[in-house]
Amino acid sequence: MASNTVLQVEALSLATKSKKLVDNVSFSLGKGESLGLVGESGSGKSLTLRAVLGLLPRGIEQTGGVIKSDVRSAMVFQDPRGALDPLCPVVAQVAEVIYYRQKVGRKASRIQALELLEMLGLPDSLKRLDRYPSQLSGGQCQRIVIAMALACKPGILLCDEPTTALDVTVQRQIIETITSLQRELGFAMVFVTHNLAIAAALCSKLCVMKEGQIVEHDDTLSLLQNPTNPYTRMLLDSVLPLPELEGSEQ
Amino acid sequence: MNPIQIDSPRPMGGRKISLASRVWNTPSLLVGGLMFAVLIGLAVFIPFISPYQPSEQNLSAFLQPPSSEHWLGTDQLGRDLFTRLIYAARTDLKIMVLAEIIPFCTGVFLGMLAGYYGKWLNTMISLLTDTLIAFPFYLIVIIVAFASGAGERGIYITFMLVGWIVFARVVKGLSASFREQEWVASAQTLGLPGVRIILRHLLPNVLPQAIVVLMTDMIGLLVAIVTLGYLGIGITPPTPDWGTMIADGRSFITTAWWLSAVPGLAVVYTGIALSLVGDGLADLWRKK
Repeated sequence: MASNTVLQVEALSLATKSKKLVDNVSFSLGKGESLGLVGESGSGKSLTLRAVLGLLPRGIEQTGGVIKSDVRSAMVFQDPRGALDPLCPVVAQVAEVIYYRQKVGRKASRIQALELLEMLGLPDSLKRLDRYPSQLSGGQCQRIVIAMALACKPGILLCDEPTTALDVTVQRQIIETITSLQRELGFAMVFVTHNLAIAAALCSKLCVMKEGQIVEHDDTLSLLQNPTNPYTRMLLDSVLPLPELEGSEQ
Repeated sequence: MNPIQIDSPRPMGGRKISLASRVWNTPSLLVGGLMFAVLIGLAVFIPFISPYQPSEQNLSAFLQPPSSEHWLGTDQLGRDLFTRLIYAARTDLKIMVLAEIIPFCTGVFLGMLAGYYGKWLNTMISLLTDTLIAFPFYLIVIIVAFASGAGERGIYITFMLVGWIVFARVVKGLSASFREQEWVASAQTLGLPGVRIILRHLLPNVLPQAIVVLMTDMIGLLVAIVTLGYLGIGITPPTPDWGTMIADGRSFITTAWWLSAVPGLAVVYTGIALSLVGDGLADLWRKK
Protein backbone atom coordinates (compact mmCIF):
# COMPACT_ATOMS: atom_id res chain seq x y z
CA MET A 1 0.00 0.00 0.00
CA ALA A 2 1.40 3.36 -1.00
CA SER A 3 1.82 5.81 1.84
CA ASN A 4 -1.10 8.01 0.93
CA THR A 5 -3.47 5.25 -0.11
CA VAL A 6 -6.41 4.96 2.28
CA LEU A 7 -8.29 2.20 0.55
CA GLN A 8 -7.20 -0.56 -1.70
CA VAL A 9 -9.56 -3.09 -3.19
CA GLU A 10 -7.89 -5.97 -5.01
CA ALA A 11 -9.67 -8.51 -7.17
CA LEU A 12 -12.81 -8.37 -5.05
CA SER A 13 -15.42 -11.00 -5.87
CA LEU A 14 -18.83 -11.27 -4.25
CA ALA A 15 -21.36 -13.98 -4.85
CA THR A 16 -24.44 -15.71 -3.56
CA LYS A 17 -24.43 -19.50 -3.52
CA SER A 18 -25.58 -19.68 -7.12
CA LYS A 19 -24.59 -16.43 -8.77
CA LYS A 20 -21.54 -14.23 -9.15
CA LEU A 21 -22.48 -10.65 -8.42
CA VAL A 22 -19.18 -8.81 -8.39
CA ASP A 23 -16.20 -10.19 -10.22
CA ASN A 24 -12.58 -9.21 -9.93
CA VAL A 25 -13.07 -5.57 -8.99
CA SER A 26 -9.95 -3.59 -8.12
CA PHE A 27 -9.42 0.06 -7.37
CA SER A 28 -7.54 2.23 -4.97
CA LEU A 29 -8.21 5.51 -3.33
CA GLY A 30 -5.68 8.07 -2.19
CA LYS A 31 -6.01 10.46 0.72
CA GLY A 32 -8.56 13.15 -0.04
CA GLU A 33 -9.35 11.67 -3.42
CA SER A 34 -12.77 10.95 -4.73
CA LEU A 35 -13.69 8.05 -6.92
CA GLY A 36 -16.97 7.58 -8.73
CA LEU A 37 -18.45 4.14 -9.25
CA VAL A 38 -20.88 4.48 -12.12
CA GLY A 39 -23.14 1.91 -13.68
CA GLU A 40 -26.70 0.77 -14.17
CA SER A 41 -28.78 -0.79 -11.41
CA GLY A 42 -27.62 -4.28 -10.63
CA SER A 43 -24.11 -3.69 -11.83
CA GLY A 44 -22.73 -4.42 -8.38
CA LYS A 45 -21.60 -0.92 -7.49
CA SER A 46 -23.59 -0.68 -4.26
CA LEU A 47 -22.53 -4.17 -3.24
CA THR A 48 -18.90 -3.26 -3.75
CA LEU A 49 -19.40 -0.27 -1.48
CA ARG A 50 -21.12 -2.37 1.16
CA ALA A 51 -18.31 -4.88 1.03
CA VAL A 52 -15.87 -2.09 1.85
CA LEU A 53 -17.93 -1.27 4.93
CA GLY A 54 -18.39 -4.94 5.84
CA LEU A 55 -22.12 -4.62 5.45
CA LEU A 56 -23.01 -7.35 2.99
CA PRO A 57 -26.65 -8.42 2.98
CA ARG A 58 -27.41 -11.91 4.30
CA GLY A 59 -26.61 -14.62 1.78
CA ILE A 60 -23.96 -12.70 -0.11
CA GLU A 61 -20.37 -13.58 0.60
CA GLN A 62 -16.96 -12.38 -0.35
CA THR A 63 -15.50 -15.18 -2.45
CA GLY A 64 -12.19 -13.63 -3.29
CA GLY A 65 -9.97 -10.59 -3.15
CA VAL A 66 -8.73 -8.29 -0.42
CA ILE A 67 -9.97 -5.00 0.93
CA LYS A 68 -7.26 -3.03 2.66
CA SER A 69 -7.97 0.11 4.56
CA ASP A 70 -6.40 1.68 7.60
CA VAL A 71 -8.84 4.49 8.20
CA ARG A 72 -12.42 4.63 9.39
CA SER A 73 -15.11 4.63 6.80
CA ALA A 74 -18.69 5.77 7.14
CA MET A 75 -21.59 5.51 4.79
CA VAL A 76 -24.24 7.86 3.48
CA PHE A 77 -27.24 5.84 2.41
CA GLN A 78 -29.56 6.08 -0.53
CA ASP A 79 -32.76 6.40 1.44
CA PRO A 80 -32.09 8.97 4.16
CA ARG A 81 -35.29 8.35 6.08
CA GLY A 82 -34.65 4.63 6.16
CA ALA A 83 -31.19 5.25 7.58
CA LEU A 84 -32.54 7.00 10.68
CA ASP A 85 -34.32 5.49 13.66
CA PRO A 86 -37.89 6.75 13.21
CA LEU A 87 -38.54 6.97 16.95
CA CYS A 88 -35.43 8.81 18.07
CA PRO A 89 -34.94 12.59 17.83
CA VAL A 90 -32.44 13.37 15.10
CA VAL A 91 -30.10 15.47 17.22
CA ALA A 92 -29.89 12.65 19.73
CA GLN A 93 -28.95 10.26 16.94
CA VAL A 94 -26.05 12.43 15.84
CA ALA A 95 -24.97 13.11 19.43
CA GLU A 96 -24.98 9.42 20.18
CA VAL A 97 -22.45 8.67 17.45
CA ILE A 98 -20.19 11.43 18.77
CA TYR A 99 -20.59 10.12 22.31
CA TYR A 100 -19.49 6.60 21.39
CA ARG A 101 -16.92 7.47 18.77
CA GLN A 102 -15.16 10.43 20.27
CA LYS A 103 -15.45 9.53 23.94
CA VAL A 104 -16.76 12.86 25.09
CA GLY A 105 -19.47 13.49 27.67
CA ARG A 106 -23.19 13.50 26.93
CA LYS A 107 -23.48 17.28 27.08
CA ALA A 108 -20.38 17.90 25.01
CA SER A 109 -21.53 15.42 22.41
CA ARG A 110 -24.83 17.21 22.05
CA ILE A 111 -23.09 20.55 21.62
CA GLN A 112 -20.79 19.04 19.00
CA ALA A 113 -23.76 17.49 17.24
CA LEU A 114 -25.47 20.86 17.04
CA GLU A 115 -22.31 22.43 15.66
CA LEU A 116 -22.12 19.72 13.04
CA LEU A 117 -25.74 20.27 12.07
CA GLU A 118 -25.13 24.00 11.80
CA MET A 119 -22.19 23.32 9.53
CA LEU A 120 -24.48 21.23 7.37
CA GLY A 121 -26.95 24.05 7.06
CA LEU A 122 -29.76 22.61 9.11
CA PRO A 123 -32.24 25.03 10.66
CA ASP A 124 -31.73 26.36 14.17
CA SER A 125 -35.11 25.10 15.29
CA LEU A 126 -33.51 21.68 15.79
CA LYS A 127 -31.71 23.05 18.82
CA ARG A 128 -34.87 23.88 20.62
CA LEU A 129 -37.28 21.15 19.59
CA ASP A 130 -36.90 17.43 19.50
CA ARG A 131 -37.47 16.65 15.86
CA TYR A 132 -38.06 13.15 14.54
CA PRO A 133 -37.08 11.96 11.05
CA SER A 134 -40.72 12.00 9.91
CA GLN A 135 -40.86 15.72 10.63
CA LEU A 136 -37.95 16.58 8.38
CA SER A 137 -37.78 16.72 4.62
CA GLY A 138 -35.79 14.17 2.66
CA GLY A 139 -32.97 16.64 2.10
CA GLN A 140 -32.81 17.49 5.80
CA CYS A 141 -32.77 13.82 6.70
CA GLN A 142 -29.90 13.27 4.31
CA ARG A 143 -27.98 16.08 5.99
CA ILE A 144 -28.56 14.35 9.32
CA VAL A 145 -27.27 11.10 7.85
CA ILE A 146 -24.19 12.90 6.54
CA ALA A 147 -23.73 14.49 9.96
CA MET A 148 -23.84 11.05 11.58
CA ALA A 149 -21.27 9.76 9.11
CA LEU A 150 -19.01 12.75 9.73
CA ALA A 151 -19.47 12.41 13.48
CA CYS A 152 -17.16 9.42 13.47
CA LYS A 153 -14.45 11.44 11.74
CA PRO A 154 -14.11 9.12 8.76
CA GLY A 155 -11.08 8.91 6.53
CA ILE A 156 -13.33 7.68 3.77
CA LEU A 157 -16.89 8.69 3.13
CA LEU A 158 -18.83 6.07 1.22
CA CYS A 159 -21.82 7.52 -0.59
CA ASP A 160 -24.40 5.09 -1.89
CA GLU A 161 -26.49 7.12 -4.34
CA PRO A 162 -27.13 9.74 -1.67
CA THR A 163 -29.20 11.93 -3.96
CA THR A 164 -31.31 9.41 -5.83
CA ALA A 165 -34.23 9.55 -3.42
CA LEU A 166 -34.28 13.35 -3.29
CA ASP A 167 -35.85 16.14 -5.33
CA VAL A 168 -33.67 17.42 -8.15
CA THR A 169 -33.26 20.83 -6.55
CA VAL A 170 -32.24 19.29 -3.26
CA GLN A 171 -29.83 16.93 -5.04
CA ARG A 172 -27.65 19.82 -6.04
CA GLN A 173 -27.60 21.28 -2.52
CA ILE A 174 -26.56 17.95 -1.05
CA ILE A 175 -23.81 17.52 -3.63
CA GLU A 176 -22.53 21.01 -2.94
CA THR A 177 -22.61 20.32 0.77
CA ILE A 178 -20.59 17.14 0.31
CA THR A 179 -17.97 18.81 -1.90
CA SER A 180 -17.49 21.74 0.43
CA LEU A 181 -17.20 19.42 3.42
CA GLN A 182 -14.65 17.35 1.59
CA ARG A 183 -12.62 20.43 0.83
CA GLU A 184 -12.80 21.45 4.47
CA LEU A 185 -12.26 18.10 6.18
CA GLY A 186 -10.16 16.33 3.57
CA PHE A 187 -11.73 12.90 3.66
CA ALA A 188 -11.51 10.54 0.70
CA MET A 189 -14.74 9.54 -0.95
CA VAL A 190 -16.23 6.73 -2.96
CA PHE A 191 -19.35 7.93 -4.68
CA VAL A 192 -21.73 5.40 -6.15
CA THR A 193 -24.28 6.66 -8.63
CA HIS A 194 -25.96 5.82 -11.88
CA ASN A 195 -25.85 9.46 -12.84
CA LEU A 196 -22.71 10.06 -14.84
CA ALA A 197 -23.14 13.82 -14.71
CA ILE A 198 -23.07 13.88 -10.90
CA ALA A 199 -20.12 11.51 -10.74
CA ALA A 200 -18.18 13.58 -13.27
CA ALA A 201 -18.83 16.75 -11.32
CA LEU A 202 -17.70 15.26 -8.03
CA CYS A 203 -14.95 12.80 -8.71
CA SER A 204 -11.49 12.96 -10.14
CA LYS A 205 -11.50 9.30 -11.10
CA LEU A 206 -14.29 7.15 -12.43
CA CYS A 207 -14.91 3.42 -12.56
CA VAL A 208 -17.60 2.29 -14.92
CA MET A 209 -19.21 -0.96 -13.80
CA LYS A 210 -21.34 -3.35 -15.76
CA GLU A 211 -22.58 -6.78 -14.71
CA GLY A 212 -20.27 -6.95 -11.72
CA GLN A 213 -17.11 -5.96 -13.48
CA ILE A 214 -15.22 -2.75 -13.97
CA VAL A 215 -15.29 -2.14 -17.69
CA GLU A 216 -13.42 1.13 -17.65
CA HIS A 217 -11.34 2.92 -15.06
CA ASP A 218 -9.67 6.25 -15.73
CA ASP A 219 -9.36 9.88 -14.77
CA THR A 220 -12.67 11.62 -15.19
CA LEU A 221 -11.54 13.96 -17.92
CA SER A 222 -9.88 11.41 -20.15
CA LEU A 223 -12.74 8.99 -19.61
CA LEU A 224 -15.27 11.58 -20.66
CA GLN A 225 -13.25 12.73 -23.60
CA ASN A 226 -12.26 9.38 -24.89
CA PRO A 227 -14.35 6.52 -23.69
CA THR A 228 -12.84 3.27 -24.93
CA ASN A 229 -15.61 0.95 -23.83
CA PRO A 230 -18.87 0.95 -25.79
CA TYR A 231 -20.86 0.82 -22.56
CA THR A 232 -19.20 3.97 -21.26
CA ARG A 233 -20.03 5.66 -24.53
CA MET A 234 -23.63 4.60 -24.10
CA LEU A 235 -23.71 6.07 -20.59
CA LEU A 236 -22.24 9.31 -21.88
CA ASP A 237 -24.79 9.51 -24.63
CA SER A 238 -27.58 8.97 -22.15
CA VAL A 239 -26.86 12.27 -20.39
CA LEU A 240 -29.40 14.70 -21.78
CA PRO A 241 -27.94 18.14 -22.41
CA LEU A 242 -29.89 21.26 -21.59
CA PRO A 243 -29.27 23.46 -24.64
CA GLU A 244 -29.66 26.87 -22.98
CA LEU A 245 -27.59 25.97 -19.97
CA GLU A 246 -24.84 24.49 -22.04
CA GLY A 247 -24.43 27.79 -23.83
CA SER A 248 -24.30 29.80 -20.63
CA GLU A 249 -21.80 27.54 -18.94
CA GLN A 250 -19.12 27.91 -21.56
CA MET B 1 -35.99 35.60 13.00
CA ASN B 2 -35.57 32.13 11.71
CA PRO B 3 -32.53 31.53 9.58
CA ILE B 4 -33.19 30.82 5.93
CA GLN B 5 -34.06 27.20 5.57
CA ILE B 6 -32.47 25.34 2.74
CA ASP B 7 -35.39 23.08 2.20
CA SER B 8 -38.65 23.43 3.98
CA PRO B 9 -39.79 20.92 6.58
CA ARG B 10 -42.70 18.73 5.65
CA PRO B 11 -45.97 20.40 6.54
CA MET B 12 -47.41 17.27 8.15
CA GLY B 13 -44.99 16.15 10.83
CA GLY B 14 -45.65 13.01 12.86
CA ARG B 15 -46.15 14.53 16.28
CA LYS B 16 -47.61 17.82 15.22
CA ILE B 17 -51.11 16.41 15.52
CA SER B 18 -51.53 16.37 19.27
CA LEU B 19 -51.78 13.10 21.12
CA ALA B 20 -55.14 14.09 22.59
CA SER B 21 -56.77 14.64 19.23
CA ARG B 22 -55.37 11.38 17.93
CA VAL B 23 -56.80 9.52 20.91
CA TRP B 24 -60.10 11.33 20.38
CA ASN B 25 -60.18 10.03 16.82
CA THR B 26 -59.67 6.43 17.89
CA PRO B 27 -63.11 5.37 19.12
CA SER B 28 -62.12 1.82 20.06
CA LEU B 29 -59.44 3.12 22.41
CA LEU B 30 -61.86 5.59 23.96
CA VAL B 31 -64.63 3.06 24.49
CA GLY B 32 -62.29 0.31 25.67
CA GLY B 33 -60.44 2.70 27.96
CA LEU B 34 -63.70 3.96 29.41
CA MET B 35 -65.01 0.44 30.01
CA PHE B 36 -61.79 -0.55 31.73
CA ALA B 37 -61.68 2.68 33.73
CA VAL B 38 -65.22 2.05 35.01
CA LEU B 39 -64.20 -1.41 36.17
CA ILE B 40 -61.04 -0.14 37.87
CA GLY B 41 -62.97 2.74 39.40
CA LEU B 42 -65.53 0.36 40.88
CA ALA B 43 -62.80 -1.97 42.16
CA VAL B 44 -60.96 0.89 43.85
CA PHE B 45 -63.99 2.58 45.39
CA ILE B 46 -66.09 -0.46 46.23
CA PRO B 47 -65.61 -0.08 50.03
CA PHE B 48 -67.30 3.33 49.74
CA ILE B 49 -69.97 2.21 47.26
CA SER B 50 -71.18 -0.92 48.98
CA PRO B 51 -72.28 -1.20 52.61
CA TYR B 52 -71.49 -4.94 52.58
CA GLN B 53 -68.31 -6.93 53.05
CA PRO B 54 -67.49 -9.51 50.36
CA SER B 55 -67.63 -12.40 52.83
CA GLU B 56 -70.41 -11.03 54.99
CA GLN B 57 -73.07 -13.74 55.27
CA ASN B 58 -76.74 -13.22 55.87
CA LEU B 59 -78.40 -16.58 56.04
CA SER B 60 -81.86 -15.08 56.40
CA ALA B 61 -81.60 -13.46 52.98
CA PHE B 62 -80.04 -16.06 50.70
CA LEU B 63 -80.59 -16.52 46.95
CA GLN B 64 -82.47 -13.28 46.62
CA PRO B 65 -83.13 -11.86 43.18
CA PRO B 66 -81.79 -8.39 42.31
CA SER B 67 -83.41 -5.61 44.34
CA SER B 68 -82.65 -2.05 45.38
CA GLU B 69 -80.98 -3.40 48.51
CA HIS B 70 -78.90 -6.04 46.74
CA TRP B 71 -78.30 -4.75 43.19
CA LEU B 72 -77.48 -8.17 41.80
CA GLY B 73 -79.18 -10.26 44.45
CA THR B 74 -77.50 -12.55 46.97
CA ASP B 75 -75.89 -15.97 46.78
CA GLN B 76 -76.64 -19.16 48.69
CA LEU B 77 -74.97 -17.78 51.84
CA GLY B 78 -76.75 -14.45 51.55
CA ARG B 79 -73.62 -12.58 50.45
CA ASP B 80 -74.22 -9.52 48.26
CA LEU B 81 -73.43 -10.56 44.70
CA PHE B 82 -72.50 -7.09 43.42
CA THR B 83 -70.05 -6.55 46.26
CA ARG B 84 -68.49 -9.97 45.72
CA LEU B 85 -68.31 -9.37 41.99
CA ILE B 86 -66.33 -6.18 42.34
CA TYR B 87 -64.08 -7.53 45.09
CA ALA B 88 -63.44 -10.49 42.78
CA ALA B 89 -62.47 -8.01 40.08
CA ARG B 90 -59.90 -6.65 42.53
CA THR B 91 -58.40 -10.10 43.03
CA ASP B 92 -58.50 -11.21 39.41
CA LEU B 93 -57.33 -7.98 37.81
CA LYS B 94 -54.53 -7.62 40.33
CA ILE B 95 -53.27 -11.13 39.60
CA MET B 96 -53.73 -10.56 35.87
CA VAL B 97 -51.51 -7.48 35.89
CA LEU B 98 -48.91 -8.79 38.31
CA ALA B 99 -48.60 -12.14 36.55
CA GLU B 100 -47.91 -10.42 33.21
CA ILE B 101 -45.05 -8.18 34.35
CA ILE B 102 -42.21 -10.69 34.45
CA PRO B 103 -43.27 -12.70 31.36
CA PHE B 104 -43.67 -9.47 29.38
CA CYS B 105 -40.21 -8.20 30.29
CA THR B 106 -38.45 -11.53 29.73
CA GLY B 107 -40.34 -12.19 26.51
CA VAL B 108 -39.59 -8.79 25.00
CA PHE B 109 -35.96 -8.95 26.07
CA LEU B 110 -35.32 -12.49 24.85
CA GLY B 111 -37.20 -11.76 21.63
CA MET B 112 -35.03 -8.73 20.94
CA LEU B 113 -31.84 -10.66 21.64
CA ALA B 114 -32.91 -13.55 19.41
CA GLY B 115 -34.09 -11.31 16.60
CA TYR B 116 -31.14 -8.98 16.74
CA TYR B 117 -28.27 -11.39 17.16
CA GLY B 118 -29.87 -14.29 15.30
CA LYS B 119 -27.67 -17.38 14.89
CA TRP B 120 -27.41 -19.79 17.81
CA LEU B 121 -29.35 -17.57 20.21
CA ASN B 122 -32.24 -17.48 17.80
CA THR B 123 -32.07 -21.24 17.28
CA MET B 124 -32.06 -21.84 21.02
CA ILE B 125 -34.94 -19.54 21.82
CA SER B 126 -36.97 -20.81 18.86
CA LEU B 127 -36.40 -24.36 20.02
CA LEU B 128 -37.58 -23.49 23.51
CA THR B 129 -40.67 -21.61 22.38
CA ASP B 130 -41.61 -24.29 19.84
CA THR B 131 -41.27 -27.02 22.45
CA LEU B 132 -43.38 -25.17 24.99
CA ILE B 133 -45.98 -24.22 22.41
CA ALA B 134 -46.34 -27.88 21.41
CA PHE B 135 -47.93 -28.58 24.80
CA PRO B 136 -51.55 -27.57 25.27
CA PHE B 137 -51.46 -24.42 27.36
CA TYR B 138 -53.96 -25.57 29.98
CA LEU B 139 -52.12 -28.83 30.46
CA ILE B 140 -49.03 -26.95 31.59
CA VAL B 141 -51.10 -24.57 33.67
CA ILE B 142 -52.91 -27.37 35.47
CA ILE B 143 -49.74 -29.40 36.06
CA VAL B 144 -47.84 -26.45 37.49
CA ALA B 145 -50.82 -25.26 39.48
CA PHE B 146 -51.12 -28.72 41.04
CA ALA B 147 -47.39 -28.96 41.65
CA SER B 148 -47.10 -25.59 43.33
CA GLY B 149 -50.38 -25.83 45.18
CA ALA B 150 -53.58 -23.91 44.58
CA GLY B 151 -53.66 -20.17 45.00
CA GLU B 152 -52.03 -17.09 43.59
CA ARG B 153 -48.50 -18.43 43.78
CA GLY B 154 -49.25 -21.23 41.33
CA ILE B 155 -50.59 -18.78 38.78
CA TYR B 156 -47.53 -16.54 39.05
CA ILE B 157 -45.15 -19.48 38.68
CA THR B 158 -47.05 -20.92 35.72
CA PHE B 159 -47.03 -17.66 33.88
CA MET B 160 -43.40 -17.02 34.58
CA LEU B 161 -42.71 -20.35 32.91
CA VAL B 162 -44.92 -20.12 29.84
CA GLY B 163 -46.21 -16.54 29.55
CA TRP B 164 -43.10 -15.07 27.94
CA ILE B 165 -43.36 -17.23 24.82
CA VAL B 166 -45.99 -15.12 23.08
CA PHE B 167 -43.96 -11.95 23.52
CA ALA B 168 -40.69 -13.59 22.59
CA ARG B 169 -42.15 -14.88 19.34
CA VAL B 170 -43.71 -11.61 18.27
CA VAL B 171 -40.77 -9.46 19.29
CA LYS B 172 -38.29 -11.85 17.72
CA GLY B 173 -40.00 -11.54 14.35
CA LEU B 174 -40.23 -7.78 14.63
CA SER B 175 -36.62 -7.38 15.71
CA ALA B 176 -35.41 -9.57 12.88
CA SER B 177 -37.27 -7.41 10.39
CA PHE B 178 -35.96 -4.19 11.94
CA ARG B 179 -32.51 -5.66 11.81
CA GLU B 180 -32.76 -5.78 8.03
CA GLN B 181 -33.58 -2.08 7.92
CA GLU B 182 -30.92 0.36 7.05
CA TRP B 183 -30.97 2.38 10.24
CA VAL B 184 -29.88 -0.60 12.28
CA ALA B 185 -27.08 -1.38 9.84
CA SER B 186 -26.16 2.27 9.88
CA ALA B 187 -26.03 2.39 13.67
CA GLN B 188 -23.77 -0.68 13.65
CA THR B 189 -21.32 0.72 11.13
CA LEU B 190 -21.23 4.03 12.98
CA GLY B 191 -19.90 2.12 15.95
CA LEU B 192 -22.77 2.04 18.42
CA PRO B 193 -22.55 -0.93 20.82
CA GLY B 194 -25.13 -3.68 20.36
CA VAL B 195 -26.64 -3.17 23.81
CA ARG B 196 -27.20 0.48 23.03
CA ILE B 197 -28.85 -0.28 19.69
CA ILE B 198 -31.13 -2.82 21.35
CA LEU B 199 -32.18 -0.69 24.30
CA ARG B 200 -32.28 2.77 22.76
CA HIS B 201 -33.40 2.02 19.22
CA LEU B 202 -34.87 -1.45 18.90
CA LEU B 203 -36.91 -1.39 22.12
CA PRO B 204 -38.96 1.76 21.34
CA ASN B 205 -39.69 0.34 17.91
CA VAL B 206 -40.91 -3.06 19.08
CA LEU B 207 -42.69 -1.85 22.23
CA PRO B 208 -45.95 -0.63 20.64
CA GLN B 209 -46.59 -3.98 18.98
CA ALA B 210 -45.59 -5.82 22.16
CA ILE B 211 -48.08 -3.77 24.18
CA VAL B 212 -50.87 -4.58 21.74
CA VAL B 213 -50.01 -8.26 22.17
CA LEU B 214 -49.93 -7.73 25.95
CA MET B 215 -53.56 -6.56 25.89
CA THR B 216 -54.75 -9.70 24.09
CA ASP B 217 -52.55 -11.90 26.22
CA MET B 218 -54.01 -10.43 29.41
CA ILE B 219 -57.45 -11.56 28.28
CA GLY B 220 -56.14 -15.09 27.89
CA LEU B 221 -54.52 -14.86 31.30
CA LEU B 222 -57.72 -13.60 32.91
CA VAL B 223 -59.66 -16.49 31.40
CA ALA B 224 -56.98 -18.88 32.70
CA ILE B 225 -57.22 -17.42 36.22
CA VAL B 226 -60.99 -17.75 36.15
CA THR B 227 -60.80 -21.27 34.74
CA LEU B 228 -58.40 -22.36 37.45
CA GLY B 229 -60.70 -20.83 40.05
CA TYR B 230 -63.63 -22.67 38.54
CA LEU B 231 -61.69 -25.95 38.64
CA GLY B 232 -60.78 -25.30 42.24
CA ILE B 233 -57.02 -25.06 41.70
CA GLY B 234 -56.81 -21.29 41.43
CA ILE B 235 -57.84 -18.72 43.95
CA THR B 236 -59.06 -20.42 47.10
CA PRO B 237 -62.26 -19.39 48.90
CA PRO B 238 -63.19 -17.26 50.70
CA THR B 239 -61.15 -14.80 48.57
CA PRO B 240 -63.71 -13.62 46.04
CA ASP B 241 -62.88 -14.65 42.47
CA TRP B 242 -65.01 -14.85 39.35
CA GLY B 243 -64.05 -18.48 38.71
CA THR B 244 -65.14 -19.76 42.12
CA MET B 245 -68.27 -17.62 41.90
CA ILE B 246 -69.24 -19.28 38.61
CA ALA B 247 -68.55 -22.69 40.14
CA ASP B 248 -70.56 -21.88 43.29
CA GLY B 249 -73.57 -20.81 41.26
CA ARG B 250 -73.68 -24.05 39.29
CA SER B 251 -76.08 -25.82 41.67
CA PHE B 252 -78.59 -22.99 41.41
CA ILE B 253 -78.37 -22.52 37.66
CA THR B 254 -82.09 -23.23 37.14
CA THR B 255 -83.37 -21.10 40.02
CA ALA B 256 -80.80 -18.30 40.36
CA TRP B 257 -79.02 -18.27 37.00
CA TRP B 258 -77.52 -14.85 37.57
CA LEU B 259 -75.17 -16.24 40.22
CA SER B 260 -73.08 -17.84 37.46
CA ALA B 261 -74.03 -15.59 34.59
CA VAL B 262 -72.98 -12.30 36.19
CA PRO B 263 -69.34 -13.25 36.92
CA GLY B 264 -69.20 -14.84 33.46
CA LEU B 265 -70.38 -11.61 31.92
CA ALA B 266 -67.81 -9.72 33.99
CA VAL B 267 -65.07 -11.78 32.31
CA VAL B 268 -66.58 -11.03 28.90
CA TYR B 269 -66.85 -7.34 29.75
CA THR B 270 -63.19 -7.15 30.82
CA GLY B 271 -62.16 -9.09 27.72
CA ILE B 272 -64.01 -6.71 25.42
CA ALA B 273 -62.57 -3.68 27.21
CA LEU B 274 -59.01 -4.99 26.92
CA SER B 275 -59.30 -6.01 23.29
CA LEU B 276 -60.77 -2.63 22.38
CA VAL B 277 -57.86 -0.96 24.14
CA GLY B 278 -55.39 -3.18 22.29
CA ASP B 279 -57.11 -2.57 18.99
CA GLY B 280 -57.26 1.16 19.64
CA LEU B 281 -53.58 1.34 20.58
CA ALA B 282 -52.68 -0.52 17.38
CA ASP B 283 -54.78 1.98 15.41
CA LEU B 284 -53.23 4.90 17.21
CA TRP B 285 -49.69 3.80 16.48
CA ARG B 286 -50.52 2.95 12.88
CA LYS B 287 -51.96 6.39 12.27
CA LYS B 288 -48.66 8.02 13.09
